Amino acid sequence: MQLRPLAVCAIVFFTAGLAVSSFAGFREFIPGLLQGAAVTIQITVGGCILAMVMALIAAMAKMYGPLPLRWLAVAYIEVFRGTSALVQLFWLFFVLPHFGILLDPLTVAITALGLNVGAYGAEVVRGAVNAVPRGQWEASVALNMPRALSLRRIILPQAFVAMIPPWGNLFIELLKATALVSLITISDLTFKAQQMNQTTFRTVEIFTIVLVVYLALSVLITVGTRTLETFAARGIARGR
Amino acid sequence: MTTPMVKFDNVTKSYGTLTVLDSLNLEIAPNEKVAIIGPSGSGKTTVLRMLMTLERINDGVIYVDGDPLTHMQKNGKLVPADERYLRKVRGNIGMVFQHFNLFPHMSAMKNCMEAPIHVLGLSKKEAAERAAELLDMVGLGDKKDQYPSQLSGGQQQRVAIARALAMRPKVMLFDEVTSALDPELVGEVLNVIRKLGTEHNLTMLMVTHQMGFAREFADRVCFFYGGKIAEAGKPDEIFNEPKEERTRQFLSAVLEAN
Repeated sequence: MQLRPLAVCAIVFFTAGLAVSSFAGFREFIPGLLQGAAVTIQITVGGCILAMVMALIAAMAKMYGPLPLRWLAVAYIEVFRGTSALVQLFWLFFVLPHFGILLDPLTVAITALGLNVGAYGAEVVRGAVNAVPRGQWEASVALNMPRALSLRRIILPQAFVAMIPPWGNLFIELLKATALVSLITISDLTFKAQQMNQTTFRTVEIFTIVLVVYLALSVLITVGTRTLETFAARGIARGR
Repeated sequence: MTTPMVKFDNVTKSYGTLTVLDSLNLEIAPNEKVAIIGPSGSGKTTVLRMLMTLERINDGVIYVDGDPLTHMQKNGKLVPADERYLRKVRGNIGMVFQHFNLFPHMSAMKNCMEAPIHVLGLSKKEAAERAAELLDMVGLGDKKDQYPSQLSGGQQQRVAIARALAMRPKVMLFDEVTSALDPELVGEVLNVIRKLGTEHNLTMLMVTHQMGFAREFADRVCFFYGGKIAEAGKPDEIFNEPKEERTRQFLSAVLEAN
């Protein structure tokens, strides 16, 4: 199950290593680009955490909340799915200051991407919760469990397993979307690459490294979610 | 005259224009075992599901141990029950389903401990003792830590019975509990129900296709047809000398299939 992504990972790192060692010129760019990669990772991790929290809250509000809360959740999901992530970034970064709210770029980046991916995630959560067999709800009613309790102890743990693969996709989407934050002055991987490119014009080396780093990071996410999936599926033995 | 444990008072259930149950009147005495038989679509499963509050009723009142289930007294009038009241009365009822509906992410033991801990407020130790005792009773003392997927259908259904009993209900509902089982596993589940009937003070309502079991076990058999009780009586009366033509037709069809 996990062998394939591991193999891909190995090949990617091997190729990268080969490239780096065979072109001496690659080496000088590595430290700078890795600094950028660290920022990219930071935004990805922060964004993913925010996205999961928002997705869970929005999905619960949309499914079980009182009417005003439901509208709020629907509005959030539609606005953040229906507009471009770049525009959302710009809006938080350039428009909010007009209303006296000044956020530092990193906060803007994590907030915008987290909210954006969270909106997609909300639908993932909703779908997974709906996919839990009706009989599980009925059994909880028959055991006189209040709805919040059955949701927390019975339904969500089962929905969680079904959520992992689509969340893996969303995490990768988020990783790739972090390239946009270079446009709001954050020195992430892409920003660093552009900066170096402008001073050295070594386009081939620089953007090859960047490509490989993004790929390696996304493979890492894939391996992570696969592992989690196998682990979770084992714990939650499926059946009726 | 004792208060009936369960009483359906003119209960009607319909989906749009389709009437599933038509002014049902039925009283079940404490400790009575009632079998519900009838062709599919006759509304027999709906009776159990309404009693378990899995279906709303459109008209009438259901009483459990003298208290209205779906309604509560307010200023001398019956108004639809709120969630809190519903949960109080619903605590008297337990149900076992055709498809077991065990929680797949919990062991047999945890399945039986979950609601006693979080709903009844038992300590972990008390809940574990109760669960272990009940799993022993259904003959699964050695399978306590198995997950549902590791158990056979019959074993799963016996866990489901133990899980329902752990809530100490006064009324147990069995909804075609052997219909999803392979024929060789039916016996072990029926044996557990038989044992419950003799060793515990429980009012039981079962929808079943096991005519032999209904005849031997039940105090009363109700034959449902078209959303009404077409005929009810002692098992011997219903099975040996049914008065209604529809009952006769149904019984001969079922017996022929066997």
